[in-house]
Amino acid sequence: MAVKQRTPMPMQDPAERARNFSQVAMGYTEEMALAEAARCLQCRNPQCVVGCPVSVQIPRFIGLIKDKKYREAIDVIKETNSLPAVCGRVCPQESQCESKCVLLRTGQPIAIGRLERFAADWEAKNGAATPEKPASNGKKVAVVGAGPSGLTAAGDLAKLGYEVTIYESLHEPGGVLIYGIPEFRLPKEVVRREVEYVKALGVKIETDVVVGRTITIEDLFDDGFEAVYVASGAGLPMFMRIPGENLNGVYSANEWLTRINLMKAYLFPEWDTPVKRGKRVVVVGAGNVAMDAVRCALRLGAEEASIVYRRSRAEMPARAEEVENAEEEGVKFHFLTNPVEVIGDEKGWVKGLKCVKMELGEPDQSGRRRPVPIAGSEFVMDCDIVIMALGTSPNPIISQTTPGLNAHSWGGLIADEKTGRTTRERVWAGGDAVTGSATVILAMGAGKAAAKDIHEFLSGPQDKW
Amino acid sequence: MNEILVKKNLTPVTKLIVVKNPFVAAKAEPGQFVILRVRENGERIPLTIADFDREKDTVTLVFQEVGLSTILLGKLEVGDRILNLVGPLGVPAELPDSGTVVAVGGGVGVAPILPKCKELYRRGVKVISIIGARSKDLIILEDEMRACSHELHICTDDGSRGFKGFVSDKLKELIDGGLKCDEVVAVGPIPMMRATCETTRPYGLKTWVSMNPIMVDGTGMCGACRITVGGKTKFVCVDGPMFDGHEVDWAEAWLRAGMYRDEEKVAVESCQCGGGK
Ligand SMILES: Cc1cc2nc3c(=O)[nH]c(=O)nc-3n(C[C@H](O)[C@H](O)[C@H](O)COP(=O)(O)OP(=O)(O)OC[C@H]3O[C@@H](n4cnc5c(N)ncnc54)[C@H](O)[C@@H]3O)c2cc1C
Ligand SMILES: Cc1cc2nc3c(=O)[nH]c(=O)nc-3n(C[C@H](O)[C@H](O)[C@H](O)COP(=O)(O)OP(=O)(O)OC[C@H]3O[C@@H](n4cnc5c(N)ncnc54)[C@H](O)[C@@H]3O)c2cc1C
Ligand code: SF4
Ligand code: SF4
Ligand code: FES
Repeated sequence: MAVKQRTPMPMQDPAERARNFSQVAMGYTEEMALAEAARCLQCRNPQCVVGCPVSVQIPRFIGLIKDKKYREAIDVIKETNSLPAVCGRVCPQESQCESKCVLLRTGQPIAIGRLERFAADWEAKNGAATPEKPASNGKKVAVVGAGPSGLTAAGDLAKLGYEVTIYESLHEPGGVLIYGIPEFRLPKEVVRREVEYVKALGVKIETDVVVGRTITIEDLFDDGFEAVYVASGAGLPMFMRIPGENLNGVYSANEWLTRINLMKAYLFPEWDTPVKRGKRVVVVGAGNVAMDAVRCALRLGAEEASIVYRRSRAEMPARAEEVENAEEEGVKFHFLTNPVEVIGDEKGWVKGLKCVKMELGEPDQSGRRRPVPIAGSEFVMDCDIVIMALGTSPNPIISQTTPGLNAHSWGGLIADEKTGRTTRERVWAGGDAVTGSATVILAMGAGKAAAKDIHEFLSGPQDKW
Repeated sequence: MNEILVKKNLTPVTKLIVVKNPFVAAKAEPGQFVILRVRENGERIPLTIADFDREKDTVTLVFQEVGLSTILLGKLEVGDRILNLVGPLGVPAELPDSGTVVAVGGGVGVAPILPKCKELYRRGVKVISIIGARSKDLIILEDEMRACSHELHICTDDGSRGFKGFVSDKLKELIDGGLKCDEVVAVGPIPMMRATCETTRPYGLKTWVSMNPIMVDGTGMCGACRITVGGKTKFVCVDGPMFDGHEVDWAEAWLRAGMYRDEEKVAVESCQCGGGK
C-alpha cells in the first residue's frame, strides 16, 4: 500500500517569514525527495502527464529520482520543460499535473512540483552541464520580451541553430519572474540561472530596448531577421475607475511589485527606489498577484494586511498553496466585498476604503455566480495603502506600431492557438501577450509551439502564411 | 553605448550631458524622453531629450540636481557610461506647421522646450520665447533659445535680469499688449505650468504642457505616472508627456509629485554623496 500522505514541505515559521523576504518553502532534502518519489505508482498510462501543459514525463523522472539518478531525472524534465526550477515553484500544480494523479482518489497526490524543484535545485547545486553552443544555421530570429515565453522560444530556436536576439524593455531579463513574483516565492537567483542557461546557448539579450519605440518590428526585418516572436506579456494594469483612485498611497499591483522586486525597494535606502510602508494595507483582488502583493505588505512591516474580494473563497484564482501561506502569515480575507471609493485626507493621502457587501446572484458567462451589491451595506475600512490587483492586459505599443499585426479589442494579439502565427507574415506571438494573464507554463508552452512552427516555416518553402 | 561625450555645467545645479546612444538618437522626436539608471542599485529616472543628433548618434540631456539620482548622475564625467538608458519614450509633441507659438520655459524646463522651438523654427512657425529662472545665474540655454526664436524674453523672479516676475506674468503682459498667437507651450515646474494655464484660460488660448510625474518603467506597465486630464486617468509615459494644460487636474498632480518627499530626504542623507545642500 502506498503512503497516503505526501511528504510535507519544510517551511519557514509563519510568524518569522512574514517579516523577511527569504524563501518560504525551503525545498525537499534528499531523504524527503526519496520518500515522496517512493509513493509514485509508476502508472502505465499516467494521467499526471496529461495534466501537464508541456507533458513532462512525470513517472520517468520520478523513477529516476527513486534510483538516485538525479542528473538523468533533470535531463528528462528538461526534454519538455526548460524552466523546471521555476515551474516546480510556481505552477498551479493542484489544477494541472497533480489534479490528475491517481493517488488523489485514495489520498494525497504525488508532490510532483516539489520533486521537479528538487531535481532542478540538485542540478544547480551540483553544477549544471553547460550546454554546447550549437552551430549556426545562419538565420536570424528576433524575440520580443525576455519573460518565460520569450526565453523558452529563444532557447529552443538556438538549439536548432538559429541566431536569436531577445529585445527586452526593462534593464533586466525575466519578465514577471523578475519584476512580479517576489523573492520569497521565487528567488531571483533561480531566474538568473535560467537566463544564463539561455545565453549559454548563444542567445543574445539586448535590454533597454522597447520594441515599438526604440526599434520597430519593421526595423527588425530590415536588419535581416527572418522571423519575429512577440512575447511581450500582459503588462498593462487595470484600475477600478472609482473615486479617489489617484490619491497618494494607491498603487497598481504592478507598481507595488515592480518597486519591491525589480527595484528592491524593500532594501531602501541601500537601494535607491522607495516604496511606502503602510500600517494597514488593503489589496483588492484574489489572484496570485494579489497574494504576492499582500504578503509583500506584511514583509514591509504592515500591522494589518487584508484581501478584499468581490466573490467568495471558492472562486479565488490564486494557487491554493499561496492562499494557505498567506492565511498562516496572518493575512485577513474579506470575501463578497467590493470597493466603491478610496477616501483621502486633506493632504491627498489614503485614509480609508469604502466598500459594499456583495451576495451571489445568477451565474455569469464564466459560469460563476455573479456577485451583486447589497443595498445599504457600505462600510469603511481604515487603511493607508490600497493596492489594485485586478488583472492586466497586453500593452498596445507593439500592435500600434506594426502594420498588419492585429489585436482583439481587449488588447490580446490575434494568433493561431497551435502555431502562434499572427495576422502579419513572419510574426508569431504567444504567452500572456496573446492570452492575457495566464501562467508561466502556458506561456512557455506557447513559446515552444512557436519555435517549432518558426523552424518549420523557415526550413520550408516559406510561401504559405 | 551610453558614454558621456560632453559635459557642461549650465548653473551650479544644472548640467548638460551629451550621451552616445544610436538607437535613441535614430528615433527621437521633440517631446520624447528617456529613462536612465546610474548604478546597479539605482532608481529609474526620466529626463527629456533636450536635443539629438542622428549623424553623431547622440542625445543631449539637461538636468537639475534635485535629489539622489540626479546628484549621482551629475557626478559622472566625460568618458563614463550611464548604466542603463532606454528610449525614446512617450509620444512626440504635435507641433503646428504655421502661425505663431509662444514657448514658455521655467527653470530647467527650458531644456525640454528647446527641441520643440528648434523644430517649430525649422518649419517656419513664428516662435516667441519666454524663459525664466529665480535669478540671472540660473538662466540656461539662452544662446540656443535665441537661435530658434524670433523674439526672446528673459524673466527673473528677483529682477536681476530682464523682466522682474514670473514667466506667466510676462506672458500676460504680452497678451494684454496685443500679442497674436495660436498656441502656447509651457514646460517647467508644476506651479509655473499651472500659473501659465491660468493666465491663458480666460483668453481661450490653447496651452500645451509637458507633465513630469514620478515614473518607474515608462512603458505603461505600472501606472505610477497617472494624472487626471479632462476627468479621465492618463498614463503620462504612454499618453503624454504633452497634454492640454486647461484640462489637467493640477492639484492632484501636485500632491502626487510629493508622494515620496520623506524618502527622498532619507535617500540623500544616507548616501553620503555630498547631496542635500
Ligand atoms: C505577481 C504575479 C504572480 C504570478 N504568479 C504566478 C504563479 O504563481 N504561477 C504561474 O504559473 N503564473 C503566475 N503568474 C503569471 C505568469 O507570471 C505569467 O503568465 C507569465 O510570466 C507570462 O509570461 P510571458 O513570457 O508571456 O510574459 P511576461 O512574463 O510578462 O514577459 C514579457 C516581457 O516582455 C517585455 N516587454 C513588454 N513589452 C515590450 C516591448 N514593447 N519591447 C520589449 N520588451 C517588452 C516585458 O518587460 C517582460 O519582460 C503571475 C503573474 C504575476 C504578475
Ligand atoms: C517625462 C519627464 C521628463 C523629465 N525631464 C526632465 C529634464 O529634462 N530635466 C530635469 O532636470 N528633470 C526632468 N524630469 C524630472 C526628473 O525625472 C526628476 O527630477 C528626477 O527623477 C529626480 O530624481 P532624484 O532622485 O534626483 O530626486 P528625488 O529626491 O527622488 O526627487 C525630487 C523630485 O523629483 C521627482 N521625482 C522623483 N523620482 C522621480 C521619478 N522616478 N520620475 C519622475 N519624477 C521623479 C519628485 O516628485 C520630486 O519632486 C522629468 C520628469 C519626467 C516625468
Ligand atoms: S511543468 Fe508544471 S504542470 Fe508540468 S509537471 Fe511540472 S509542475 Fe506539473
Ligand atoms: S499519476 Fe501519480 S502515481 Fe501515477 S505516475 Fe503520475 S504521479 Fe505517479
Ligand atoms: S511610468 Fe509606469 S506606467 Fe508610466
